Amino acid sequence: MAPLLQVDNIEVYYGVIKALKGISFEVNKGEIVALIGANGAGKTTILHTVTGLLKPKTGKILFKGNDITKVPAHKIVTMGMAHVPEGRRIFSQLSVLDNIKLGAFTRKDKEEIEETLNYVYERFPRLKERKNQIAGTLSGGEQQMLAMGRALMSKPEFVLMDEPSMGLSPLLVSEIFEIIKAINENGTTVLLVEQNAKKALSIADRAYVLETGNIVLSGDAKDLMNDESVKKAYLSE
Amino acid sequence: MEFLSTIISGISLGSIYALIALGYTMVYGIAKMLNFAHGDVIMVGAFMMFTALTKTSLPPIACIIVGTIICTVLGMLIEKIAYKPLRSATSLSVLITAIGVSYFLQNSAQLIFGAGTKQFTPLFGNGSVSLFDGQVVISHNTIVTIIISVVLMIVLTLFINKTKTGRAMLAVSEDKGAAQLMGINVNKTISITFAIGSALAAIAGALLCSSYPILSPTTGAMPGIKAFTAAVFGGIGSIPGAMIGGILLGVIENLSKVYISTQLSDAIVFGILIIILLVKPTGILGKKISEKV
Ligand SMILES: Nc1ncnc2c1ncn2[C@@H]1O[C@H](COP(=O)(O)OP(=O)(O)O)[C@@H](O)[C@H]1O
Ligand SMILES: [Mg+2]
Repeated sequence: MAPLLQVDNIEVYYGVIKALKGISFEVNKGEIVALIGANGAGKTTILHTVTGLLKPKTGKILFKGNDITKVPAHKIVTMGMAHVPEGRRIFSQLSVLDNIKLGAFTRKDKEEIEETLNYVYERFPRLKERKNQIAGTLSGGEQQMLAMGRALMSKPEFVLMDEPSMGLSPLLVSEIFEIIKAINENGTTVLLVEQNAKKALSIADRAYVLETGNIVLSGDAKDLMNDESVKKAYLSE
Repeated sequence: MEFLSTIISGISLGSIYALIALGYTMVYGIAKMLNFAHGDVIMVGAFMMFTALTKTSLPPIACIIVGTIICTVLGMLIEKIAYKPLRSATSLSVLITAIGVSYFLQNSAQLIFGAGTKQFTPLFGNGSVSLFDGQVVISHNTIVTIIISVVLMIVLTLFINKTKTGRAMLAVSEDKGAAQLMGINVNKTISITFAIGSALAAIAGALLCSSYPILSPTTGAMPGIKAFTAAVFGGIGSIPGAMIGGILLGVIENLSKVYISTQLSDAIVFGILIIILLVKPTGILGKKISEKV
């Protein structure tokens, strides 16, 4: 079966700086795939290119077999892909509920949206308690949950998450990873970018290791966890 | 009692500034640019209404609607032709373009309508209301101006906060990238913002010319600058800020005219702006402006 997402040899530039030097990878339906690598390796650039916020100079991106390389960013979500961006990027001046509703911006059916809202509230009871609060006043962990809940409101088949554990306490990190696992078990495919390689590999099926714009290693998450070079570079405490 | 009538006519003038200031502030909030051609849209609207009033037998309200529709389309066209191609240009290029559009509109009006001034007729008659045994006289124009402005501001506030498109506008003004990830079409949202701002400017133009009935190709320039001042005064980017800033500016201007000096009133208005900005650089309701890179 063809992969859900297929990225084929993309090169991405910021001005004259080449940030991605020919990246290829794929994500199959139902998987959690982790993308790990040091700060500045190009992880965020990859996610931005997949969801159309950046355009590759060369290469192709296929989603469900369709070429989406030139599709504008605002049309991506309607194809079944949601992006939880680095740094949460919630709308800080709007209420929690308004943020969540914006996640369903492209959906029409009010009843179905209500159903998804209940699903999101079940997954993140804290968001329900705070639905009328201004989003900018939430704690870091709550903002992360809001960013995830907002993404789920589009009922995506595929979610891209960029460093969801960034800046959170160890307890919250574990909670967030539990939720990612649960979202995946509920049928959503996940592409997970993390600097917390150990945690990411512990829930992922497969992983790619990124170094300065190149994929240098890939394989089953379990194998990578035992790989000496990965251990040394990313798993040392 | 002179004080009371000064305040009331100040509120009326100020609510016109507020309507214009809303266009400045919404466009700034969403497109992060100062649309210096905004004042000239007022003038175009007023000329369209003037033409409709003098050349057709349409009732005044229909003439206002015609002028408003033309300006709405004009605002969207200006954005599409002049500003959209500059989306990733430096803010200086955009500013210079806006000044160019401003001259283009003024010169086009001069070409079509001539450089001379035209006498606009009050749209709401010459009647007035007397209060306190005739000590306070308020013209119908003043009353209608305040009512129309307040209604428009309430409708706009409800639109922004209660409709999907309104919330999309707020989302785009805070984070274009994240808004796109929600499926919001940023270009369309910017276009809608120009449309709304220009429609408000056209209505403001009708109210302005109805109270101060002289029309020329530069009619929009001064109220445009004052409304821009009001937007900065209230906190550029803030919608309630533009409303409060506009009304305060109108009241201060009228008080200075009556109690200090007609000649100096503009200097006083701009002087107060400078003082406010020295004390609070973000304006009355402004938030810290974080320049997006
Ligand atoms: N907006 C930008 N302009 C210029 N260079 C950028 C920009 N964003 C990222 N980069 C550069 O691209 C490279 C990859 O960055 P990024 O994708 O953010 O890495 P990661 O997410 O893995 O930390 C880095 O060298 C970074 O400095
Ligand atoms: Mg990153």
